[in-house]
Amino acid sequence: MTSILTHAVRNLPASSAWAARVFARSLSCSSQLQAAAVQPKSKKTLAKSGVKNIVVVEGVRIPFLQSGTSYADLMPHDLARAALQGLLNRTSVPRDVVDYIVYGTVIQEVKTSNVAREAALGAGFSDKTPAHTVTMACISSNQAMTTGVGMIAAGQCDVVVAGGVELMSDVPIRHSRKMRKTMLTLNRAKTLGQKLSLISKIRPDYFAPELPAVAEFSTSETMGHSADRLAAAFAVSRLEQDEYALRSHTLAKKAQDGGLLLDVVPFKVPGRETVTKDNGIRPSSVEQMGKLKPAFVKPYGTVTAANSSFLTDGASAILLMSEEKALAMGYKPKAYLRDFVYVSQDPKDQLLLGPTYATPKVLEKAGLTMADIDVFEFHEAFAGQILANLKAMDSDWFAQNYMGRKSKVGAPPLEKFNNWGGSLSLGHPFGATGCRLVITAAHRLKKEGGQYGLVAACAAGGQ
Amino acid sequence: QSFGQLAMTKESKALIGLYHGQVHCKKNKFGTPQREVKTLAVLGAGLMGAGIAQVSVDKGLKTILKDTAQQGLDRGQQQVFKGLNGKVKKKSLTSFERDSILSNLTSQLDYKGFEKADMVIEAVFEDINIKHKVLKEVEAVIPAHCIFASNTSALPISQIAAVSKRPEKVIGMHYFSPVDKMQLLEIITTDKTSQDTAASAVAVGLKQGKVVIVVKDGPGFYTTRCLGPMLAEVVRVLQEGIDPKKVDAISTAFGFPVGAATLIDATHVAEDLGKAFGERFGGGSIELFKLMVEKGFLGRKAGKGFYVYQEGVKNRSVNSGMDEILARFKVPAKPEVCTDEDIQMRLVTRFVNEAAMCLQEGILSNPVEGDIGAVFGLGFPPCLGG
Repeated sequence: MTSILTHAVRNLPASSAWAARVFARSLSCSSQLQAAAVQPKSKKTLAKSGVKNIVVVEGVRIPFLQSGTSYADLMPHDLARAALQGLLNRTSVPRDVVDYIVYGTVIQEVKTSNVAREAALGAGFSDKTPAHTVTMACISSNQAMTTGVGMIAAGQCDVVVAGGVELMSDVPIRHSRKMRKTMLTLNRAKTLGQKLSLISKIRPDYFAPELPAVAEFSTSETMGHSADRLAAAFAVSRLEQDEYALRSHTLAKKAQDGGLLLDVVPFKVPGRETVTKDNGIRPSSVEQMGKLKPAFVKPYGTVTAANSSFLTDGASAILLMSEEKALAMGYKPKAYLRDFVYVSQDPKDQLLLGPTYATPKVLEKAGLTMADIDVFEFHEAFAGQILANLKAMDSDWFAQNYMGRKSKVGAPPLEKFNNWGGSLSLGHPFGATGCRLVITAAHRLKKEGGQYGLVAACAAGGQ
Repeated sequence: QSFGQLAMTKESKALIGLYHGQVHCKKNKFGTPQREVKTLAVLGAGLMGAGIAQVSVDKGLKTILKDTAQQGLDRGQQQVFKGLNGKVKKKSLTSFERDSILSNLTSQLDYKGFEKADMVIEAVFEDINIKHKVLKEVEAVIPAHCIFASNTSALPISQIAAVSKRPEKVIGMHYFSPVDKMQLLEIITTDKTSQDTAASAVAVGLKQGKVVIVVKDGPGFYTTRCLGPMLAEVVRVLQEGIDPKKVDAISTAFGFPVGAATLIDATHVAEDLGKAFGERFGGGSIELFKLMVEKGFLGRKAGKGFYVYQEGVKNRSVNSGMDEILARFKVPAKPEVCTDEDIQMRLVTRFVNEAAMCLQEGILSNPVEGDIGAVFGLGFPPCLGG
């Protein structure tokens, strides 16, 4: 999905003066990429008449850590609660003002199927505030945000908290289907004879556990494998991928040391230390990365552990309001959320190409071109995936044959692209990345003085 | 029939008296405060600070816990977590309730949010200069109605208030360790403290589930002042060559829940009290304590005092390092006051005499509060009624 954000400050005085264009809001059901439109330097407003202006007031995240480190003993709702508490602290927003809470997560903890509700109650929100959880693979928090946007635009709510969480250190490992069936039938068995006959049918293979896989259900292909094929299809070399990964880590380190990652709030882990920084940022060198063996397609693949995003634990939270409410409460919004688009394609061969399909759609919707965008924040699932998308966006042939367009949309220039690191280096807690992309884009717009930002992400399921 | 017999014993009367005293001390004799305290700030995440924070958050009071070092703050937060988690393990709280309670606690290193605080309780080091510095820093950021309370056990409140711009808002709130288990709260007013401030302090104490006594300002207030001479006597007894374990056994036999030697290890004795009251505090030698401090035998906090304290070990062994110190300060015992009962009387009478003086001097407003303070704060044998 891609979303377009407008830098709030520039537009505040302008929005009432300029006549807004009337847009038909097409919300396609398949989620793929959401494009948010950001406005370019012409100071044109993207506000639509008759549609409320929706703003991002603040966004935070707890540090993203490699799985199996400091968050390993927690549950997902603990992380989500910490992000929510961080948001409450930062904004001092009174808890009863929040109308709704939506959270996105992918690998669900079975005990807390509505992690949004558990986290909200734990964070001290009123038990009268409704909360629900959405899932859409890696764009779950994007979906949480657009759900919030929808509710505010429809006038149902004025203030929504959206966020995402993922805990890969503890995943639901299930008994095999046969074992589950035996156990459930045992529950229903009445006589001792029935129970014994069920138990006698248990064989060694019943004990093999089932693990959740980071794979496509429909094709049984792991993400990494698909990324490798995609890279090969677009002739993205191993070296290009390693270099891109190095770029991501280097820029992330610079941003971390330079204090630019303002959305991070510290989190005191019960029983352990206070975590203040992401711990996955490890710039090394192209030579070092070159030594690694391919992780998914052996022996000749190009995707390795170094140029893929790593298994991460983390949570994010973002505060969305209608513009009038935000101003009435005395907040200075950070960005406008203008437009978004979801697209879907074939999960087999086009799994990770979501950004390519969605970007031109959302730009068209907003009446902008690539050149108008100042800040790009794309989710980096794999270096190969990013580079393949960039090549696809830059290819007329692809545009004509696959997207049904007359010409290419153009690749985003690298100097505007993920300048403060990306999912490769900062980490990718599946559900939480979308909010991170949006708030980073907003902060970058402010810092770099831009007006429009574009956020895009690919997700499992070909979305 | 046995029930009837027991009901008529002195002990029974004593305990019933204590019950009535508790009820009396759970009333706020200063009336309702003008403003309810909704946000509390605690300065210092040490043993006392974290304990005060714990009894505040589990009653629903939003609490800010502030310290100067991240490590200290982490330790304090961990203490609160452990305290609540203990209840989860005993199944009196669910893990969810524990997390909800913890969400009332904000821990930080700066003064953010203090502009909304209704009361600040400082539990920093027992050093008048540090307390003055903290008071000045805090007064710059808190709103006009905010009360400043000090958890000091012995520094006179009027001395602390000397640098305050609003001495009518300064009050002492002396908690007892461990804060989540010891029911007493000793509130100390100076002649400048306003009635409303006192009412607010009592209200907060009652909200935290404490039994409250209100005393006037003076060196050691009431509790520390009574404990001092008794502990000095304990030291003298030890110097006379009695083993710490024996001293403990004697005092527990009398009815103290915690043995006297262990009690010394758990508290800290202020030198200033000796200066203020002179001879009444004599008995043991101050040098003994000084030497203990020099050697690092600070008591329970440091892991070594009269006993050696190890995590997880219940039976404490006598600190062999103490033998040398005690030998140095050995004092010949007077044989006529050396039996067990004599030693018990020696300890208790020092305590009781001091308490009587407090009542006489007006530090205590009535004997009931004296009894309650002794039993619930210092562990005076409840069977004697305080």
